[in-house]
Amino acid sequence: MISLAGRDILHSWSKFVLTGIGLGLLIGVTLTMAGVYRGMVDDAKALLNNSGADIWVVQQGTQGPYAESSNLRDDVYRALLTQPGVSRAANVTYLTMQVRVGNTDVRAMVVGFEPGQPGEPGYLVAGRQITRSHYEAVADMKTGFQLGDTLRIRRHDYRVVGLTRRMVSSGGDPMVFIPLKDAQEAQFLKDNDAILNERARTIANPVLNRPGVPGLLDAILASQNANHNVNAVLVQIASNIDPEHVASEIRRWKHLQAFTRAQLEDILVSKLIATSAKQIGMFLVILSIVSAAIVAFIIYTMTLGKIREIAVLKLIGTRNRTIAGMILQQAMGLGVIGFMVGKTAATVWAPFFPKFVLLEQGDTVRGFIVVMFICALASTLAIRVALRVDPATAIGG
Amino acid sequence: MKPGRLFTRKLGLGLFAAILVGGFGWVVARSGPLSPIQVTTLRVEAGSLSPAIFGIGTVEARRSYLIGPTAAGRVKAVHVDVGEMVKGGQLLAEIDPVDLDERLRSAEAAYARAASAVSAAEAQCKDARARRQLAELNAQRYRDLGGKHFVSASAVEGKQQELDAAQALVEVSEASLQGARQEQLRLKADQDGIREQRGNLRLLASRDGLVISRDAEPGSTVIAGQAILRLVEPDSLWVKARLDQGRSRGLAVGQAAEIVLRSNVSTPLPGKVARIEPVSDSVTEERIALIAFEHIPKGLSLGEMTEVTVKTGAAQSGLIVPNAAIKQMPRGSGVWTLKEGKLSLTPVKLGNTSLDGSVQILDGLAAGDEVLVHSDRELSEGARIQVVNQLVGKPK
Repeated sequence: MISLAGRDILHSWSKFVLTGIGLGLLIGVTLTMAGVYRGMVDDAKALLNNSGADIWVVQQGTQGPYAESSNLRDDVYRALLTQPGVSRAANVTYLTMQVRVGNTDVRAMVVGFEPGQPGEPGYLVAGRQITRSHYEAVADMKTGFQLGDTLRIRRHDYRVVGLTRRMVSSGGDPMVFIPLKDAQEAQFLKDNDAILNERARTIANPVLNRPGVPGLLDAILASQNANHNVNAVLVQIASNIDPEHVASEIRRWKHLQAFTRAQLEDILVSKLIATSAKQIGMFLVILSIVSAAIVAFIIYTMTLGKIREIAVLKLIGTRNRTIAGMILQQAMGLGVIGFMVGKTAATVWAPFFPKFVLLEQGDTVRGFIVVMFICALASTLAIRVALRVDPATAIGG
Repeated sequence: MKPGRLFTRKLGLGLFAAILVGGFGWVVARSGPLSPIQVTTLRVEAGSLSPAIFGIGTVEARRSYLIGPTAAGRVKAVHVDVGEMVKGGQLLAEIDPVDLDERLRSAEAAYARAASAVSAAEAQCKDARARRQLAELNAQRYRDLGGKHFVSASAVEGKQQELDAAQALVEVSEASLQGARQEQLRLKADQDGIREQRGNLRLLASRDGLVISRDAEPGSTVIAGQAILRLVEPDSLWVKARLDQGRSRGLAVGQAAEIVLRSNVSTPLPGKVARIEPVSDSVTEERIALIAFEHIPKGLSLGEMTEVTVKTGAAQSGLIVPNAAIKQMPRGSGVWTLKEGKLSLTPVKLGNTSLDGSVQILDGLAAGDEVLVHSDRELSEGARIQVVNQLVGKPK
C-alpha cells in the first residue's frame, strides 16, 4: 500500500517544508520564552550553588543578602564557628555596581570573599584563584574581561587573575570576586569629597572638637572611616547534621536571621524574581495559545487547498479512514518538522541572549507532546471538513 | 508525474530530513545535560615555588617628635613652618613667659642684697676677731701681772671673762657670715631656677628633623603636653605593612621585601623586614610588620599607601599544582584527578603557596597524576568530561 500522505507531501514538498520551517521558528520562539523563564530561576539557583553554603546568616529581621540589604559585624563569624554542627563560616559582601574598565563600565555584582572559604568561586575556566589579600579579582566571562585586564572599583585598580562561568547574581548580572577587605572598603567608603565634607562637619561640631581635649577630634575622625560590616556569613555544616536544626539554633541563640538553602531558594524564586517571572509566564501562555491557533489554521487551510483532490479520492472510492489518516499524518509530520526546527533554532540562538536562557530537557519533551497534541487536535478540524466534501465537487458539480 | 522528477523530490526531501535530523542530533548532544563538561588537565610535576606574602602599608616615621610646652601657656612665637628642615638645638617656638622676667629681676635683686649681707657679716667677723685679739692680749697681761701679785685675782678673772666673751662673739659673727653665704647660695639657686623655667619656654629641636605639622599659632593657648610642632627624622622613614594573618607563615625579620609606592607603581623599591610587631591586630586579623627601605627615595610622603611583597623563604621544591585545581571542602582540600578516564576527588594536604598561584602538595598526589585545573561547569563524580587545551580565549 502506498503512503497517501507521503505522495501528497512529495507532490508539493517545498510548500510543506517551508510551512514546517515557519512553524518551527514560531515553536522556537515559544521554547526560547520558556527558556528565558527557566534561565531566570536558574540564575537564582546558580547564585546559591556558587556560594557553596548550607546556611546564610544575615541581619536579624531581614530576608537575606540578596532580597534585602543586611549588615552584620565582621566578627560575627567567630561566634558562629562555636555553634555545634558548624564546620566552616566566612564573611561575604555583595554590592551591585558599575565596574569601570577604561572608558566604559560593566554592570556587575561585586562579591567580597575570603580566599579558601565558602563564597570562593568553586571552579574557574581560566587563570587562578586570588593569592594576594588585596587588589586582585576573579571575574565572570560575561563581564567581557580577559585575564590580565585592569578594572577599577571605587579608587583602586584590580587585576583580573581568573575567569569564571555562570557566576551571576539573581538578576543575571555577572559577578566580580575581590578580597573581602577591599570589598568592605568599596561598599562603605565614600568618595573623597564626601569624606572631606564629613570631616568639616565633625570639625564644626563644638561637642566633638573641644579645645581642652587635644586628641579627641583625631580619634573621632579616625573612627569615622573604619568599617567592619559585612552583608552575610556563609556557613557550611558537618555532613550528617540537619541544616534546619543548626539554623534554628543560630536564630534562637545568636539573635540573627539564618536561612537554609531551601528557604533562601524560596525567597529568591517566590519573592525576588516573582514579578518578572510572572510577566514572562504570562507572555509564554499567550505565545503558546497563539502558536496553537496558527498551527491549527495552517493545517486547516492546507486541507482546504486540497478539497478537490480529496473529492477525487472519494470519487474513486477511497475510504474515509485513509483520507483522515492522510491528513493526520501530514499534520503530525508538520509538527515533527516544526518541533525539530524550533528546538534547533532555539538552541542556536539561545547563547546570544544577554541573560541566560536555559532550555530544559523536560520543557523540550513537554513542548513536543503539546505540539503533537495541538497538531492532532487541529487535524480533526480539517478531517471534519474533508469528510464532509461531496465527491461531486471533483467533477465541478 | 515523471519518475525522474519524483526521484529528485524524494532526494530533496531526504536531504532536508537528513539536515534536520543531523542538526537536531547535534543540538541534543551538544547542549543540556547530555553534553560533556569541558575541562583542562595537567600532569603533576615536581617544581619549585618561592613563598611570598602580600600586604598593604603606609609610610611612617620610625622616630617622630611632638614639640610642646610642659606647662599650660600662651604661644608667643613660632619660628619654623611645615616642610622646613631644622637642626638639633634650634629655637622652634616660644611660650609667653608672663611674669617670669620680673620674677627673675626680683631674684637678681635679692641675690645682690644677699651679697651685701655677706660683706656686712664679713666685716662684723673682722671686728669680732680684732676685739678677741685685744681681749687675748689684755688677758695675757693680767695673767702675768696676777702671777707676780701686782693685780688682784678678780681683775685677772675679769679680763679672762672678757676674752671668753670676745671668743663667743667671733663664733657668732662667723656663724652669721656662713648663714649669709648660704642665703646667697639659695637666692642664686632660685635665680637659676627661674632662668631654667624661662629657658623651658623656649622650645628647641631635640634632633635634626623635618617639620611635618604646625598645630598652634602665636596667641593660642596650649595645655601641658599639647604639640605645637611635629618633627620627624626623614632618614627614619619606613613602611608599616599589614599582612593577612592567614598567610603570614614564615614571616621573619631580615627577609627581603619589595615596596611599591602608590605614587610610583612602575618602580618597586627594595627593602627588608625591620621589625615584626609582637601584637597582631585582632580586629582586622592582620599581622603588622615594619619594612625598612634600602634607600629612602627622595620626596617620599608620610602616610602614602604602599604595596609590600615579602619573600618569606627560599625556593622550595616539591609537587606543584595551580591553585585553580584546589577544591575547598568542609572536610579539607582536594583535587579532581583523572585516572583511566574516571574522575575522582582526591583529598590532598597543602604546603606553601606562591603569589603566582602555585601550591605545594605535601600529600595525596604522586608525580605524573593527571589533575583537572579548569572546568566550564561544576564537576561531580561520574560526570562526562571532554579534555581540551583551553576553555576561553584564542587557542595558543
